Amino acid sequence: MAAGASERPKMTVEAATKFYATRSGSVHALDKVSLDLREGEFLCILGPSGCGKSTLLWSMAGLHDLTSGQIRLGSEIIVGPHPEIAMIFQDANLLPWRNLAKNVALPFELKRRRPDMERIGRLLERVNLKGFENKFPRELSGGMQQRASIVRSLAVDPSVLLMDEPFGALDAFTRDEMNLLIQEIWMETGKTIAFVTHSISEAIFLADRVVVMSARPGRVAAIYDIDIPRPRPVEIQTQPDFIARVLEIKSRIDHGRVASERLAIV
Amino acid sequence: MERVIGDKIPEFNRKEEASEPGLAGLNAFGLGGSRTHLETLVIILVAVVVIGGTELLLRIFNVPQYILPKPSQIVAALFTEWPFLWPHLVITLYELFVGFAIGGAIGFVLAAVITQFPFVEKVVTPYILLLVTTPMLALVPLLILRFGFGSEPRIIAVALASGPMVMINSATGFRRVDLAKIALARSFGANTLQIFTKIRIPMAMPMIIVGLMVGSIFGLLTAIGAEMVGGAEGLGNRLTYYSALIRMPQFFAIILILAIIGISIYIFFYWLGKKWASWEA
Repeated sequence: MAAGASERPKMTVEAATKFYATRSGSVHALDKVSLDLREGEFLCILGPSGCGKSTLLWSMAGLHDLTSGQIRLGSEIIVGPHPEIAMIFQDANLLPWRNLAKNVALPFELKRRRPDMERIGRLLERVNLKGFENKFPRELSGGMQQRASIVRSLAVDPSVLLMDEPFGALDAFTRDEMNLLIQEIWMETGKTIAFVTHSISEAIFLADRVVVMSARPGRVAAIYDIDIPRPRPVEIQTQPDFIARVLEIKSRIDHGRVASERLAIV
Repeated sequence: MERVIGDKIPEFNRKEEASEPGLAGLNAFGLGGSRTHLETLVIILVAVVVIGGTELLLRIFNVPQYILPKPSQIVAALFTEWPFLWPHLVITLYELFVGFAIGGAIGFVLAAVITQFPFVEKVVTPYILLLVTTPMLALVPLLILRFGFGSEPRIIAVALASGPMVMINSATGFRRVDLAKIALARSFGANTLQIFTKIRIPMAMPMIIVGLMVGSIFGLLTAIGAEMVGGAEGLGNRLTYYSALIRMPQFFAIILILAIIGISIYIFFYWLGKKWASWEA
């Protein structure tokens, strides 16, 4: 286990179950999902689309109610958004009518606090966005937008970062860059991170532990410890050991899919 | 099925945004974007040619003034008649401002509230459409019966004409719910009011401005029409007065004033759109 990760759970998910009511009936999104997010750990939640991994993350952020079960931050039960938890969304999710500086200041505005300009300045510098403060989101590349959204979340200094397929819409090269950046930021800040992705290699590259979920209903299928030393360079993804891990998880997911399809036929 | 799970929310919104014309329509008249010197020159040249040509043709064919006055006569009439016209201009603008302020405010608030309750919105929308499509001018004689020949019936008519326009466009704006952006605000602890002021209103702003523009133009039309129907004041009333006396240069001078008011309204809201909603154009 790398960096500052400990065995102490920062967040606990206990038998989380979620049904959605839709027009075509009820969808069973999560089925008794239990897992720990350990203090200082980088946890990746991996699964095919529709496996409920985003639902799980949104519930951990206090943005979704659970049908049953419980999510705790320390001993505190999560019933709504919590100041210690920040969410990073797909496609950056910047507000297009605000420039970069005002986007980053949004959390302070909502909390009715004066923006911590010094911290924001340092963070912008860290992700190479210094000098772009007056640019609007449409003037920034996808990678820059996502870096801005990372600054926005880190600016209020949460202890937990929840990331919902943040780099899914980026091209492969930018994605590698962002993965390196988020690894560095995690090592520098010691934040606890839960990161949702459907890319096996992204999950292995980033994570201390990979939680593999199966679909319909979403369940925890397996948990893998990734004990590759850090910092991990991008090239590591071409090494035999890394590829072996990818194949192992892939076969696990394929196996799970075959099983559930067989169930569906019956 | 997976869409329900929240995985695909941003995609939903992108589609919705793409289908929304927003402020693009404002550019239709050529005020949008940067214009080269050449284009400006040609636009001015066209105006000179049309006005000068009209003047020339009217002189050559000796068209009588009561059929079509010469541009020079119209401008001259505007200056000589101005002392008698401006009190009427003030009255018309007063009716327009007050009526539009009342109608626009009610329309905006109604749109903001109603779109939060889909059931209420479904029930109310047909009646709003009825208000939009029914010419409010038709009500003016009735309003005069009830409120007399003062400004009140015309202010009410302006409010009735502009309010539904503001409402229906603003509602379109407020209906563009971006769940991911609302979730973003909530994740930072935003309350309902903050979500409204920081997310929903800016998001709806392009359509709100379109609504305000269309509503105020409709208000102007209704104010003039209402003045033509009854009462003894306002530019609309002057139109009937001068046409009854066959004083065509004065008649057209008023048309010129009305055109200037209309264009000013358009430019004002275009500027407002640039300022508050340029992120979408």
